[in-house]
Amino acid sequence: MNYDNIKELLTAKFGEQIQYDLQHDLLNITLPAEMNLKVIQFLYDDEVLRFRFLTDITAVHLPERAGEELNVVYHLHSLENNIRLRLKVYVPIEKPDVFTLTSLYPGANWMERETYDFFGVNFVGHPNLKRILNADEMDYFPLRKEYTLEDPQRTDKDDEMFGR
Amino acid sequence: MVDLPEGYAGEGFYATSFDKVVGLARKNSLWPLPFATSCCGIEFMATMASNYDLARFGSERMGFTPRQCDMLLVAGTISKKLGPILRQVYIQMAEPRWVVAIGACASSGGIFDSYSVLQGIDQIIPVDVYVPGCPPRPEGILDGILKLQELVGNESLRRRTSEKYKELMESYGIK
Repeated sequence: MNYDNIKELLTAKFGEQIQYDLQHDLLNITLPAEMNLKVIQFLYDDEVLRFRFLTDITAVHLPERAGEELNVVYHLHSLENNIRLRLKVYVPIEKPDVFTLTSLYPGANWMERETYDFFGVNFVGHPNLKRILNADEMDYFPLRKEYTLEDPQRTDKDDEMFGR
Repeated sequence: MVDLPEGYAGEGFYATSFDKVVGLARKNSLWPLPFATSCCGIEFMATMASNYDLARFGSERMGFTPRQCDMLLVAGTISKKLGPILRQVYIQMAEPRWVVAIGACASSGGIFDSYSVLQGIDQIIPVDVYVPGCPPRPEGILDGILKLQELVGNESLRRRTSEKYKELMESYGIK
């Protein structure tokens, strides 16, 4: 089992909608946002592939990509084949809807809550999509690029002294 | 043994002001309530332990209930999410109560100039002594506690009922 087999299987099942490239020796699979659950379900269910372990979910905010500013990234691991995959979907920041993976991987619950907490990705079908790490009163998504990393309420640290 | 406060002594009696006696008792039996979250907490543990021995200064044992303690030691980064909890702990302490901010994070947010970190605990509770350092050495923490003892020993008995103190508490929204 190698990346070429996986590409063949996916192409046979889903056609040309999926793009592949190799980044740092890890296969990168870019798919349309509405297909994420279908493709991951296939990777999970397939008797040979058996991608039964979800390593991580995160997101990246790419403000320069108009119409697909938010990039949701999944890392999957097939423990039996010892193969890892990275799946990417792009969604517009006005409507960042992605299907939840909680039906496949119970561990996705908190990972999706974290991704929601920091980037505001709306995981459709998530049973309990609310903030997990930040304070509940927080009214923005802090890792989006339009917000500063520093504490916005602080006024005593000026540029001259602290390089802001 | 501590030195006698200023007073008038004669055959079989000794007279001094009540303020000084109470100050002397309070300052030499401060009950610490450690609120440790990170590396400053580790330094504080060393301060408590035998090498540096906080007990020499009258703080024999840590109290892990705010009801019994009068010295809140905040050692470490306090995130904004933790802020209300720290505030609740402070409110649960009975008067008189004092607060020591140990280390750069508790004093000012330290290196964590970040959206998620409280930029100094004095944004939510009043602080009596700030100990600098990242983290401070146990000697530094001891020095901070000795400085606090000075404050405690010299505090007027009327301070906690004064208008000024009420204003201070109200500025933090604490009754």
